[in-house]
Amino acid sequence: MNPPENQDYSQRSLQLAASFKAFMLKSSTKSNLNLYDHLTRVLIKVMDEHPENVVDVIEDMSWDVKRGLFQDKQSSLRDFPQTTAAEQLAEQQRPLFLQPEDPDQEDELGETPLPNVSEICFFLEQAGVGLGREEMQKIFLALKQLIESQALLHCRLWGKILGTESSYIVAEAEYREGEDEEEQNTEEAVEEEEREPKSPDSEENEVDLLPQSTYKAPPLVPKEAIGKGANKSVYYVCKEPGLPWVKLPSVTPAQITVARQIRKFFTGRLDTPIVSYPPFPGNEANYLRAQIARISAGTQVSPQGYFQSGEEDGEEEDEAPQDSYEVNPEFEGFSAAEMAESLSTWVHHVQHILQQGRCTWVNMAVNPAEDTNEDEEAEEKEEEPDEPEPEVGPPLLSPLSQDAEMFNTPPWSSKISSSLTYQHAVAVLRSNLWPGAYAYAFGKKFENFYVGWGLKYAGEGYNPPVPPLPEKEYPSGPEITETLDPTLEEEQAQKEALENQQAAQEEMEDSAEEDEEDDD
Amino acid sequence: MDADSLYYSVELVAGSGHILNVEQRTALQISLVIMKKNYKFNRVLFWGKILGLKRDYFIAQGRGEDELQDRKNLYSFNCTDWFLLPSVTDPVIKEVSKVVKRRFIGNPSYVYEHVEIRRRGEGDDAEEEEIVTKVNEESRLAVTVDQIDEEASVAPRGAFIKNLHGLVQKNHSFVGLSQSEAANLDNFLHFSKPKNVKKKSILEIGELTPAFDFLDVLSDDIPKGSWSLQFECASRVCVLRSLLWLGLTFYHVPMTPQHGYIYFGHGTKNLDLPFML
Repeated sequence: MNPPENQDYSQRSLQLAASFKAFMLKSSTKSNLNLYDHLTRVLIKVMDEHPENVVDVIEDMSWDVKRGLFQDKQSSLRDFPQTTAAEQLAEQQRPLFLQPEDPDQEDELGETPLPNVSEICFFLEQAGVGLGREEMQKIFLALKQLIESQALLHCRLWGKILGTESSYIVAEAEYREGEDEEEQNTEEAVEEEEREPKSPDSEENEVDLLPQSTYKAPPLVPKEAIGKGANKSVYYVCKEPGLPWVKLPSVTPAQITVARQIRKFFTGRLDTPIVSYPPFPGNEANYLRAQIARISAGTQVSPQGYFQSGEEDGEEEDEAPQDSYEVNPEFEGFSAAEMAESLSTWVHHVQHILQQGRCTWVNMAVNPAEDTNEDEEAEEKEEEPDEPEPEVGPPLLSPLSQDAEMFNTPPWSSKISSSLTYQHAVAVLRSNLWPGAYAYAFGKKFENFYVGWGLKYAGEGYNPPVPPLPEKEYPSGPEITETLDPTLEEEQAQKEALENQQAAQEEMEDSAEEDEEDDD
Repeated sequence: MDADSLYYSVELVAGSGHILNVEQRTALQISLVIMKKNYKFNRVLFWGKILGLKRDYFIAQGRGEDELQDRKNLYSFNCTDWFLLPSVTDPVIKEVSKVVKRRFIGNPSYVYEHVEIRRRGEGDDAEEEEIVTKVNEESRLAVTVDQIDEEASVAPRGAFIKNLHGLVQKNHSFVGLSQSEAANLDNFLHFSKPKNVKKKSILEIGELTPAFDFLDVLSDDIPKGSWSLQFECASRVCVLRSLLWLGLTFYHVPMTPQHGYIYFGHGTKNLDLPFML
């Protein structure tokens, strides 16, 4: 190659490079950036950061560099200090961690109503159940707060019910004497208002009365007194530990019977109306309470022998199922293997809820006769002497091995928490009818815990109950039913008969004048 | 959820009530590493647990180069010995859906039987024919795991990209959704083969990126409200729960690339969902 040619070539390529550089330096009309500076910055970033597989992420780096350029711009808008949900919650949960003011009082001897949640958490974790350790610690502190504020005598962590928007943490507390009387009164007043029949307007003497509904609602099953049966304990719920605890209203038998027929998710707001068929009497707080009562009755179990029946039983009424028990001081405890093997080592310690929605049965056939004023009704009642069979549930402290099987599914699954270190394992019981209900036993210790959606296992699918047949608007009788039109033959036959009759009467005309008039 | 982050991510989904105890966690740490090596997986996920009446199945999932297609599921009873689940084909899915409605037993060789009586001909000539379908629990398990993945697995938008070769891979530049994005169901995608790509207006498409938005969006699911979105763990973790497959929990920590899903449940679909909302 000749030198001049070479020179010419290099000059030309320089020129080309210069023009390309000029092109690259041309700033964009939109962003006022140019490619040359941008590439420089990207390469500097690559040199600074030395990322792995640069070629794969170069697009993102380029994008990052571009984005970084915009951040320096000062805005004339001022920051709006917006508190995030996390910050708000942190503020609300902070009081949980405040030190008690006078720590001396804490040293008081005697049993504290506060359950040892950390220990429960540990055992539940062995069983593969739990809400996370941090969450449990917060619940622990929240329970302490609840006990202090409400002066509860006995309290335990019942569990957690998941909802679509938020969840409920549920604490179970023992009913205290003298409490709740006001609440009961107000509730009764409300119920009475509801029961009052709407005054019929039939007093006005109109020609066509609107048909009155003959439907009579079956009499309400009376609610169980607080401290008895399904209302034995009171329940407090809160959405998050640290947020205020809300006391749930006591449950009525009607709510339990309807709750058995519906399947609804909880939303997480206590005042949500329950839209369902059959209509649920109450809002979500009542529904939650009803489900808690059902779950407790079905799944609260303890090792056999831990509780023994109270003293008064057996002597008085045989019919009334006992509802009291006490801790057996001589309870020895079973080994975990024994507990896991046989269901007969576990017993229910919460009363079974009968079909009626109560734990103790009330004869509804007697009460309504006194209430109703209508004579017919009362007579009918008297005529029917057969009293309904009293419903009887399994007695308290009956073993789980007697539980009924539903949908071909055994009601309980039991296992041992560890097969490797079985010497120190925990016996775990899982309910199959109430998915989410667990119980564990370890030596003399045991606990029940529920965490789930608050729904019972429904077998192959839920069938909503069918609405009842519509009532007949009018009683059907000969006066208002349409008759068939006569056929031609029938008409002619009728005509002939009439003519014959007339002929016969004409003969008798003279004898009786009054008859004549009638025949016309 | 990814086996490497299992240690702390299980705590983040504990709000649903299920955790792994220490024995299981440590066993998984060891056995999943061995599994990854033996099966030559790119990534191993702990998929969840299916509760049986007698025993529970632990499920793990191995993923190859393509996160969507190259998947293999394995099951175990003790978190140590893993067995490969059979592959799922359409006839098997049909058989399983016909036969099985009850709970898992916990015995992979248990055979479910279903007798169907079919009539042939008409009137008096009708012949009754009994068709017996038999399915063992192992294939039922495989179908169930596949179905849950198909209908309820979730990924935040942008966490996976479809690269130039059409492979779906983890997006290494994913920095997480922001707090406000995470509160919106539109930013979560079904991590399964797209089925109903909804026709969108040009205005909406303008917002989308073909590399990200190749999956179905959760907010298009029918019925509306089949997902429950909440913030848990002191309101810092976005938790999604499927109401169709009760037991599936997804978590994502906003502003971090951490996300994952886990299933702890009975392995039955909640067919009552329309009544329950």
